[in-house]
Amino acid sequence: MHGMPPSPCCGDDAGEAGPGAEAVDLGLWRLPAGLREVKPMPLIEVRHVTKIYQLGGEQIRALDDVSLDIEEGEFISIIGPSGSGKSTLMHILGCLDTPTSGTVKLDGVEIQNASPRQLAAIRSRKVGFVFQFFNLLPKLNVFQNVELPMVYSGVPARERRQRVMDALKQVGMEHRARHRPSQLSGGQQQRTAIARALVNNPRIIFADEPTGNLDSHTGEMILELFCQLNRQGRTIVIVTHDPEIAAVTPRRIEIRDGKIAGTLDPTLAGLSSSGQPARPSVPVGSSATAPSQSSS
Amino acid sequence: MDLRSAIALGFKEIWAHKFRSLLTMLGIILGASSLVAMSALVKGMENGMREALAAIGGLQKIRVQATDELPIWQRHLADQAPGLTLHDVWALKASAPLVTKVTPSIELFGFRDWERTVITYGSKSVRPFVFAGTWPEALELNEHVVAHGRMFNEIDDAEARNVCVIGTGIRDELFGAPEEVGREIIPIGEVVRIRGQPFTIIGMFQHYESEQARRERQLRQPTPQPQETGPKRSRGWGGSRGGGHFVFRLKNYTVYIPLNTMLLKFRAVTGTNAVADQRLTNLQMKIADLDLLEPALQQTRNVLLMTHKGIEDFSLITQEEWADEIATQIRNARLNRGIIAGICLIVGGIGIMNIMLASISERVREIGIRKAVGATTTAIFTQILIESLVIAVVGGVAGLVASYGLVQLIAIITPSDNAPVITALSMVVAFAFSAGTGLLAGVFPALKAARLDPIEALRYE
Repeated sequence: MHGMPPSPCCGDDAGEAGPGAEAVDLGLWRLPAGLREVKPMPLIEVRHVTKIYQLGGEQIRALDDVSLDIEEGEFISIIGPSGSGKSTLMHILGCLDTPTSGTVKLDGVEIQNASPRQLAAIRSRKVGFVFQFFNLLPKLNVFQNVELPMVYSGVPARERRQRVMDALKQVGMEHRARHRPSQLSGGQQQRTAIARALVNNPRIIFADEPTGNLDSHTGEMILELFCQLNRQGRTIVIVTHDPEIAAVTPRRIEIRDGKIAGTLDPTLAGLSSSGQPARPSVPVGSSATAPSQSSS
Repeated sequence: MDLRSAIALGFKEIWAHKFRSLLTMLGIILGASSLVAMSALVKGMENGMREALAAIGGLQKIRVQATDELPIWQRHLADQAPGLTLHDVWALKASAPLVTKVTPSIELFGFRDWERTVITYGSKSVRPFVFAGTWPEALELNEHVVAHGRMFNEIDDAEARNVCVIGTGIRDELFGAPEEVGREIIPIGEVVRIRGQPFTIIGMFQHYESEQARRERQLRQPTPQPQETGPKRSRGWGGSRGGGHFVFRLKNYTVYIPLNTMLLKFRAVTGTNAVADQRLTNLQMKIADLDLLEPALQQTRNVLLMTHKGIEDFSLITQEEWADEIATQIRNARLNRGIIAGICLIVGGIGIMNIMLASISERVREIGIRKAVGATTTAIFTQILIESLVIAVVGGVAGLVASYGLVQLIAIITPSDNAPVITALSMVVAFAFSAGTGLLAGVFPALKAARLDPIEALRYE
């Protein structure tokens, strides 16, 4: 993507991180000898997930024994060529789909055996989606589009208004609340979609090629918006095939043929460069295993 | 998703596809309105029939008719049969407490020309349907109302005065109908000849007609009468002066005279019989309570068998069969027309289902988006179901409004004696049926939409 700043926009934040970073430091400082610092339970915990599709008589292994963890506050990109299984992974992580085998824990809840109703409930409260083609409902205006997740999660109508306006303010779309999607530019539509993903205060936001349908300049602005949201403590996963976009995120997971081919994972160094854990680290006994993020 | 926003969404969908929704609704509109219209027609028919039944005295009126035919085992006693007489009237009054009113009546009728009663005034003549000598109570028993003059009283009867009370039909024939003359003629005080004897008209009944006939008459514009062509002739029954049902015709062509006048003037001097024939043609009675119809009939029979020395030369006549017939006819009509309206509604329901199926395959992506942002299967199901229900309910309401027009249209195309009556019940039923149709028609499309896989739906172009 042309015009992208060479340094990851969120990487700069590591030094100037707020109280979160202090907490971690403090925690480390106080650790008694002999105890390893262990992060709290990850937000998403994927273990040996396999997804097999039946296409005609053929079995297609979209995901093959994938294991990974995503911590709260992380900014991750899942990268891979088309057909690599990255979308399938996103669908499973985002509770749109369930794995054929393996376990997925989202915020402590196992979802591999959840019913469609339970999945819908988790989606509406814990997950936000941003799509390549924006996927706004053309018949509803910006306000109503952003309101939609709250309609399904049962937020009372009185509260909705304020939250919609807050979300629109976060993405800078508050002055377009009464416009129809067709009256907006691509960037504005994507901002609306992001506001919609934000409005229910999800634990994690998935963005599937969020810049794929935008020109480079607008794409940059959308990425900048994601960085900004991440700085505010949001956990964000971007799915893309574009290494330049992936370069923005501190952690990158590369998928190839349904397997994790490689990761660039600054968290392995012990400290997140950007996403500080929102919860303070808790020292636990040595029996606790470290998350195996690079299981591939 | 709460119900209110789901309903609002349903209306929005309708509004977004106005023409399509209108076409869809048309089926339901036709179904609901035809249901209401059909039941209005049946109700009108029922009202007309009941009106006629009430006009003749209702179910509570019982007639005791003298018969020449005896039961076969009493044939040899025929010469001792006393016939109905005033003794029966006294006996019934004294011994049949379930019978509240009894009135004797002698009717002169016959089938051959010289037996018929002819009333003349000047050069005009008329043959009444009913020419009866009776008591003043006959007025109440036969639901007659004297509009002009008075009914004859006990003194008229005791003195056997030559007075008569006539129906408007008789007046129309002898003096001219209001429609023809342009004003209403009240012939009180005029002297007419009944079977050649002079009678003074002292009273005239009101004009009897069905509700519908009355309304029609009031609305009718003074149009020029169609020219009579060809030789002068009778055009048969059911002429314009009918006033609706046959019953009303019969009542309008009634002439009542006092019973004693009848006995002295017509029974004593006819034929070779110099002594008045005391036998009555019939007794008219009213019972207190319809629930006690059978005990009342039993009492009547017991009393009459006593006075008739056990000879059964009378028969009891009630209107039950007529009432039953009305019930049967109404039931049949309801069934016929209900089936037609039901078919209309089913067709309407199929239309809704068709459109909903088309609509969801058009909105696969929308459903996918809704599911992705957290809509449950139930929420999608409810949404589609409510959309279908909203179409049906709006169609149903429109159908109720349309039914007024439809009823008017039917009344114009096929005028009948009975004005259709739109009842609240039929509207409630029509509305409930159209809503039910919408609900049923929506279930399958809603299931189909709810079962869509969100990933597939999002990928759908």
